[in-house]
This record gives sequence, C-alpha cells and structure tokens, in this order.
Amino acid sequence: MHRVLEASGKKVILLGNEAVVRGALEAGVGFATTYPGTPASEIGDTFSEIAKEAGIYFEYSVNEKVATEAAAGAAWCGVRSLVSFKHFGLNVAADSVYPIAFHGVKAGMVIVVADDPGCWSSGQSEQDSRWYARLMHIPMLEPSNPEECKSFTKLAFELSERFGIPVFIRLTTRVSHASAGVRLGKIVKGMTKGRFVKGDEKWHNMPPRILTRHNEINKKLAEIREWAKEKGLNQIYYKGSEKQFGIIANGAAFNYVMESLKLFGLKIPVLKLNMTWPFPEKTISRFIKGLKSVLIVEELEPIIEKEVEGIAKSVNPKLKIHGKDILPEFCELRQETVDNALARLTGARQKIKDLEISGKNLSKIEFPKRTPTLCPGCPHRATFWEVKAATTSDTVFGGDIGCYILGIHKPIEMQDFIISMGAVQGLSHGISKVSDKQQVVAFIGDSTFFHAGIPGLINIAYNSSSPLVVVLDNFATAMTGHQPHPGTGETGMGEQVEKIKIEDIATACGIKEIAVIDIWDVKGSIAKIREMLQKPGPKLVIARGECRLQFMRRARRAGTKIPTAEIDPKKCSRCSVCVYKFGCPAIHRDRKKDLYYIDPDMCWGCGVCISVCPFSAISFKKEEGDESKTT
Amino acid sequence: MKAKLLDEYNIVVVGVGGQGLLTLAGAIARAALEHGYEVRAAELHGLSQRFGSIETSLRFGKNIYSPIVRQASADLVIALEPAEAIKACYYASQKTAFLLDTKPIVPNIMYQEGIEYPSIDEIKARINIFSKKIITVNASEDTKALTGSTIQANIYLLGRAASESLIPLKKEWLIKGIEEVVPPATVEANKKVFEAGWRSKFNF
Repeated sequence: MHRVLEASGKKVILLGNEAVVRGALEAGVGFATTYPGTPASEIGDTFSEIAKEAGIYFEYSVNEKVATEAAAGAAWCGVRSLVSFKHFGLNVAADSVYPIAFHGVKAGMVIVVADDPGCWSSGQSEQDSRWYARLMHIPMLEPSNPEECKSFTKLAFELSERFGIPVFIRLTTRVSHASAGVRLGKIVKGMTKGRFVKGDEKWHNMPPRILTRHNEINKKLAEIREWAKEKGLNQIYYKGSEKQFGIIANGAAFNYVMESLKLFGLKIPVLKLNMTWPFPEKTISRFIKGLKSVLIVEELEPIIEKEVEGIAKSVNPKLKIHGKDILPEFCELRQETVDNALARLTGARQKIKDLEISGKNLSKIEFPKRTPTLCPGCPHRATFWEVKAATTSDTVFGGDIGCYILGIHKPIEMQDFIISMGAVQGLSHGISKVSDKQQVVAFIGDSTFFHAGIPGLINIAYNSSSPLVVVLDNFATAMTGHQPHPGTGETGMGEQVEKIKIEDIATACGIKEIAVIDIWDVKGSIAKIREMLQKPGPKLVIARGECRLQFMRRARRAGTKIPTAEIDPKKCSRCSVCVYKFGCPAIHRDRKKDLYYIDPDMCWGCGVCISVCPFSAISFKKEEGDESKTT
Repeated sequence: MKAKLLDEYNIVVVGVGGQGLLTLAGAIARAALEHGYEVRAAELHGLSQRFGSIETSLRFGKNIYSPIVRQASADLVIALEPAEAIKACYYASQKTAFLLDTKPIVPNIMYQEGIEYPSIDEIKARINIFSKKIITVNASEDTKALTGSTIQANIYLLGRAASESLIPLKKEWLIKGIEEVVPPATVEANKKVFEAGWRSKFNF
C-alpha cells in the first residue's frame, strides 16, 4: 500500500506534495488533474499511483489550462476536485482560473500552485504566484511544512465549498520537497460522480451580470477574512514575550525565523501568516499596535511588507518596518541570511563559533565544477549530433522546455533561445519571417508539443514560414519523471488507450513535409534531415527514440543485460571527438595514460558513439559480466 | 523503553543525480521517526537529477522547524561521489564527520574546460581544512563486486555509516527504513548490501 493511504492515526514520513494528496483524500476529493512540473510533480504522480485503490479519478491533462477547466467542470457537478501545477503552469491556466473565481464553484475546488524561489528547476523566470491571489480574487493558504500541507489542503476544501470559490494552496520548493512525519487523519470517500444542473445563471455571466459578480466576490473575500479571524488561522508564536519588536513571516520563511530564534535563544512574537489572501488586516493591526519595529520575513517580493506599510499608516505611523531593506528580493532565503538579519536587529551574538572559521576556510578552497547533463544514451544527444551534422554554423537553434534544455551546455550548444512551454514555434516563425536567409531549427519535446505546440505549428503552416520543426519524441514527459502524455498510450489511471500520433496532428495542422527518423540510426537520420532542409516552406521531423533512463529502468526490472560499448586503444587515434564534441558522460579521457575509455558503470548501451567515432574504434563489448577484469 | 533524544542531529548527503540520495536519506528519516524524533528533510527533484550536483539535507531532533542544515552545522556528510564532498564543506566544521565513496564520476564539463578532476588525496586535503574526520570507502567498487552493479552503493554507505556509529539510530530501525523506501523486489538485495557496508569497517 502507498504510504499516503496508510491508516488513520499513524505517523508516516511524507513529502509536502504527498501530504497535499493525503489532505485532499481526508477532505473527500473525487477528481484530480495536473500537468507535471517541478516542484509540483509528485502531487499528480502520487494521485496517479493511488487513484484506483482510493476509488477516485485522476488524469494527466494535456496542459494546465485544460487541467483547471476539467477540475472546475467536476466541481460544478458537485464533485470535489484538485488541480496542481508549478508556478509557470498557473500562467498557462490563468485565462481560465480568473473567470472560474468569478463564476464560483459548487463542490470544493483547490488549486495547488508550487513556486520555485531560487529557480532550482525553473529556467524561464523567477515568479511569486502570490500576486495571482490578489489579481484573481482567490483566497490563498500557505503551508510551511508537510503537516500543514495536509491540514491546509483539507481546510481549503472546507473554505472553498462554504464560500463557493476556488482556493489556492501556495507551496514553494522547500515546502513541496520537504519531508516530515505527518499524523494521518481519516480518509473520507468522496463522490466521483455528480450532475450538471442546467438553468443556473451562475455559469454564464454576460455583461452586465459579470459586474454584479465582481461586487459579490469582493464581499465574499471580506467574509472570508472574518472567517479566517474566527478560525484563528493566523497564529502568533511567543505571544506577549516582547513588547517592542515583532516578526511576521509566511511559508518556508517562517521555518528559518524559528530556527534563528532557537539559535540565539530569543523569544520574540512571531505572527505566522497562513492565509495571505484575503489579507488579515485586523490581525496585523492588533499585532503591530504598540510595536517600535517589525521585521517581515518573506521570500521573493515584498507583498506582506507593502500591506503592513499601508496598515501601519493608520495604526502605528511611527513603526519602523524592516524587510527588503535587509533581506533579498530575489532567490530563496537561506537560514544564514535570516540569522544575520535577526542578529543585526536584535544585537544577538552569532552563537556558532565555527561560522567565522567556515567563511574563511570556504574562501581557501576551490569547488569542482559539475553541470547537469543529458544522460548517457540520451536520444536528444543523438538528435543534436545528427542535426548539427546536417546544418551550417549559421543555423539558429530554437529550444523549448524539457531535458533538451541541457543542450545549452558544451559541447552541444544548440539551444540559442528558450522562453516558455511551446514558444519555440512562434519564435522560430517570427525569426524566419524577418531573417529569411537564416535557417531556423525549432526543437520541441513530445509532451511540450501536445501541451502548447499545436497552435504554433498551425501558425507556421497557415502564415507560411520555413523553420524545420524537430519534435523530440522520447515517449515520456521525461524531465519531470516520465509521466505519460497523449502520445504514449497510457493514462494517469494506468489504463492503455489509443495513442495520438504526432505525425497525424502535424498533417492536420497543414504541414506538408513530414518525416519520421529513428534517431539511433545516425547516418540515416543525418541524410533524412539534410533532405528535409532542402525543402521549401514548413517542414517537420519527428525524431523518435525512447528516453534511455526509462528504457534502462524497464531493462533492470526485467533483468535484461544491456551491452556496453568500449574503445579499442589500438584503433583509437586520440582525435577526442567522443569526449570533446559528442560529450557522452560515460566516455572519459585519462590524460596521464593518454587513453580514451568508456566507464562500463555509466554506459547505457545506446551505441551512438560507435557511429560517432571517425576511426571505428568503438564497438560493443563481446563478453559481458566478467567482473574480475574490472578494476 | 523511551529512547534518549538528542537536541538535533544534522546530516547532509551529496552526490550526483541518479545515485539514490533520496533513498538513502529516506531510510534514515524513517529510522529517526521510529526513534521518536521530529524529522525534517529537504530534497531536490527535477533538473538537478540529470547528473548534476545534488544535496539532500536531513535533520532530526526535539524541536525542528527547517529541513535545511545551517552553514558549519553538519554532524555528518555522506558523499556518494568524492568530489561532491568538497561542496558539502559549506556545512562542515571540525565536528563534522565525512564518509566518502571513492568512485569518481568525472563530468564532461571538466574536459570541456580543461579542469583536472582532483585525486582522492587532493579531495581529502581540501576537506581537511574543515575537518580531520574523513573516512573513504570503496562503496561502488564493493557493491559492484557483490551485485554486479554500483546502483546500491548508497545503501552500502549507509551500512558503513551505521557501523562507524555516525548515525545515532538503531541498526534494526535503519534496516526497517530501507525496507520501506526501496522497491519491494530489491529489499533482500539491499539488506545484503547494507550488511556488507556494515562489515566493511572490520575488513582491514
């Protein structure tokens, strides 16, 4: 049994994301959707693992907007629903989330958005999704740890259903990906079937009725603010311990504050904001009244700080408000940053003697460099190699969101621009239109293609430009953990369904020149790409080859031995192409022994390097499993 | 019997994406919970998994809020890849014990930029500035000899850390932790590797 389904009363280690799922189950969720994205992915993946056993419905929707709409549809029919995604997913979903707030919901609907301060897994921008709560008139709860991930999700359903409004749970990487012991409550078997009641004007709000709704939603938020106050949702720690100085914090920042106070042996009142929208004005007023100064500890933008500034004008105009004057307005907070800020404001002495020594010592040593890289045997590395061989150095290589973003690094360097999911085709179209002498190659992954690639492709065909679109089809949403997508023939419930073919979609989009290549056939692929590049107008190549990580996992489970490649030092001319131009992480150079060799522990047996070597020095090992020879 | 509780114990596990850091930390976390501790662990998933540097931070004790180990506050660093141990020096002080696998994973970027991968002695010399408590283990090598693959070297290191008394938790709870976090089909194999790691301390 999966740990999120363990019996009530037990305390089990759960990831913040898993605790969200348990909270939803304890609230009787019946319908869950997602599009995967770090740091939110494990919410959907956990639902996918347990949905059948728990008797609920789960799907990996084609993108976050569709996922949101599906969840709202269920909630309109009386089935409690949850949709989860990373912060960029909310940008995709925004066009529907906003009106869903105005239209309201019947059963509870929870929208989980996971931000990534510090951009551990997010290349396109650093985003503070708390703004969306204000923009869209949607209440927002912010847990700090896995226990709260569970209890706040449960509470969010209660709130949503009581006020007929969707509710945000906002997580950050350090909450989503924190694990802790969580005490389990009772799972409530929720409804999975409902009915759409026709004739309710609520679901279509042509003007001027939408203005009435706007007015209503403002009133609703005021009621929710009162409700939160009655519930005592925003808590004060170390209440009354100190009269002059106070701290206000939310989410992960709260954890750092409490650790700092522990370190310094300080007791200072801390107001922990668990609901950051609607903003708890009265609670803040009471907290800051009489204080000389207050420190706001929040990650990213000074949202709480600006609110407090506004409230202080009438309540306590002399209050000294600290926040972004001593804390960074970008990146995630570090424990030491919060320690330093508190030491500065309280005069507390740094208690870790070793800290000073640590700083000095750290400046003395050199840190070895390591960048994330495409795995050994990665089909993208093969495709990049083939496309590079078929194109000129003037070619513009457009990139998109997925593992292939790692093609940015040496020696590949074939991701000249990347902005957001599916954007490569629109950008490539614009570049091709105005720079018509330059060849543009637009790389897009299979899952990304389904997610947001199709309108861009239609635009290329209909408004006619001539980039070569290369769909990197590796049979999975690989970067986020190999979730299925419409091209894989599998659903979030684990059922086998008919695959939707990328070539069929491309044909329907109006692309006349379509080719499918087997990327493991290096020579054949190069020839085909060359041929396609000669064709005028829109053209698309589907570069097909399974994610090697997924392939290896399956092989390991089945106990299949995968052959590894080796370099014959007698045939090797030391030309260095394999290490310096191809760059597979399994291939190494021993400078002292003047040898190029393949690490058998890292080789995943794709065999592409065999074709890459200009001197035919690489081949598969004849005999496998002779352990005594390995040194 | 009520077990005695430490105020806090801080562990940092470092390595390269795909080496099983989360499994290792997960097993310890479960054992700590069994002991009656409050447990907080911080993991990184996503982009960092693809052979990049990763660190997992694990804390247990009486009253823990943040999952992240503070600078110069680690009690134990487990490095599944030797050069990555250098990066963990941020968390080290003279009290920190280092446990390192000796098998390097040389990143291609080092070749691209003409950087020489440091030898085990150089790695030790850099760590020595912070702490003298360094144990190196041929975990990958031994695990491969035992199982035909290096995949379970993480569990081998856990066994060694336990026999070196670097994790203040009962052996049987760590084994129970392993049972909970590894795929069911590999439980027995992992337990054997754990024992091999445990015994490696006495094999000299």
